[in-house]
Amino acid sequence: MTIELVASAIKAILMIVLGLNLSLFLLYFERKGSALIQDRIGSNRVTITGIGKRMGMPNLGIINTTIADPVKMFTKEDFIPAGADKFLHTLAPFLALFPVMITFVVIPFGDTISIAGHRIGLEAANLNAGALYLLATIGLGVYGVALAGWSSNNRWALLGGIRATAQMISYELAMGLAIVSVIMTFGTLNLQEIVRGQGGVWFGFLPRWGIFVQPLAFILLLVAGAAESKRIPFDLPESDSELIQGYFTEYSGGKQAVFMLTDFAEQALIAMLLTTFFLGGWQVPWLMRDGFHLPGGAFLAVPALVVSLLGVVAFLVKVVALCIFLGMVRWTLPRFRYDQLMRLGWKGLVPLGLFNVLLTAFVVVATGSAH
Amino acid sequence: MPPFLYIFLGALAIVSALGVIVQRNPIHSLLALIGTLMTVAVLFIGEDAVVVGFLQIIVYAGAIMVLFLFVIWLLNLQVEAGPTGHLALKIFGSVAAALLVTELFFILTPPHLQVKFTHQPAGYGSLASLAGKLFTDYLVAFEVTSVLLLAAVVGSVALARKLPGTDDPRVARKIAS
Repeated sequence: MTIELVASAIKAILMIVLGLNLSLFLLYFERKGSALIQDRIGSNRVTITGIGKRMGMPNLGIINTTIADPVKMFTKEDFIPAGADKFLHTLAPFLALFPVMITFVVIPFGDTISIAGHRIGLEAANLNAGALYLLATIGLGVYGVALAGWSSNNRWALLGGIRATAQMISYELAMGLAIVSVIMTFGTLNLQEIVRGQGGVWFGFLPRWGIFVQPLAFILLLVAGAAESKRIPFDLPESDSELIQGYFTEYSGGKQAVFMLTDFAEQALIAMLLTTFFLGGWQVPWLMRDGFHLPGGAFLAVPALVVSLLGVVAFLVKVVALCIFLGMVRWTLPRFRYDQLMRLGWKGLVPLGLFNVLLTAFVVVATGSAH
Repeated sequence: MPPFLYIFLGALAIVSALGVIVQRNPIHSLLALIGTLMTVAVLFIGEDAVVVGFLQIIVYAGAIMVLFLFVIWLLNLQVEAGPTGHLALKIFGSVAAALLVTELFFILTPPHLQVKFTHQPAGYGSLASLAGKLFTDYLVAFEVTSVLLLAAVVGSVALARKLPGTDDPRVARKIAS
């Protein structure tokens, strides 16, 4: 009992640290990846006492950018504007970050692993109502943003806050509908069970991943997720050209860093959700408990511990690939107009989601079984 | 759920409920209300009503309170400087509150209220058991409620819809005529 508790605590901390590290990776991508896409050099001035230069490199790349940006932000003045609601102004960044951080703990990042005779499931919290927990915590993310906009005593911030609130509650519906159709397909709310349900192959070669059963739901969750994380093309709440910085116009220093971290962490979370629901989570194609069953009928035995670790690696690879994909979308598309955003949400995604739920229900009833 | 946790959460719920009515700033009251709803949701989850608890967070804390926030912004409610209202109203309010407290005290103390602790059956509060009840025993009530909600949605859209050629919503025209 105590060993399980300790293991759960360690796994929860691991997941949150993974989320934070993915956010740093996304920050790096924001600086250097965007430069690559736009044929620029990107941030290139930070070195640690010239070590990089001496070694013949312009800088230490990922380490420098990811350390320099947060250090710079946290050492700047923390400014609260006159007339602002001081308590809420300080609370808002953390209200925004907290729901994202606690959502990471339900994501399964591996199957099970045997350590010293104990079988440990590689998910921090194996909730039977995991999908409901997800929807609940994601729904709470709106308050930090809304209250940041309101408490700043600034019109641009308030407009950004209102835009963010309307956008997030609109796209939450589409997101919920996409998740509902996945739940109906796999017949469970438990995320680990959903990932297990994606094991095995069809026709001898095609992995039974969710994306092949629910392609429409994948697109819905991708679009709605991008909108929930308030990234381009859905970054209306913080659109620089109209609202200066939107809801966090009046934030500086560490608190602004927390808002940026929230955006990156949300992006990482969306990547994890897409991986869990549609890309088979920790499933490696053709890898079973005992080894690789390749399509041609060939078999390659793999030790159990390696199978577990390969699952974790597969999860990480999929999540990072999706993070890069979301980042590329962010640096490729222009921003929507606000009416286009609302039309896409309410007249595009929600009806499509309802249609997908109906279709899934018919198929599940017709075939007589889930999945 | 261990008793100390139950007592702690109960106290937290009561304190944040007091915060709703004591604070002068409507946004702060709203936050306190969210706190109350969240605490009650955690109590539900602790008592094995997991689905009800999460639905409480999704529907009330996550959606309806956002609606409240919008209404507060829309009406531009400001911080109230001090107590307002007629003296007679205050006296009447105090007496009514005292009566309500006395009544609740008598109802909620042992001779009237018998507290029994029972063990819930396995699977109690799970989505399967909830859905089973909802779609068998209470199917008619469930469907009638959804039709009612649909009617409300259609009604509100019809009221808010702009007529072609006018900028005024229909409701404004009706009030004017």
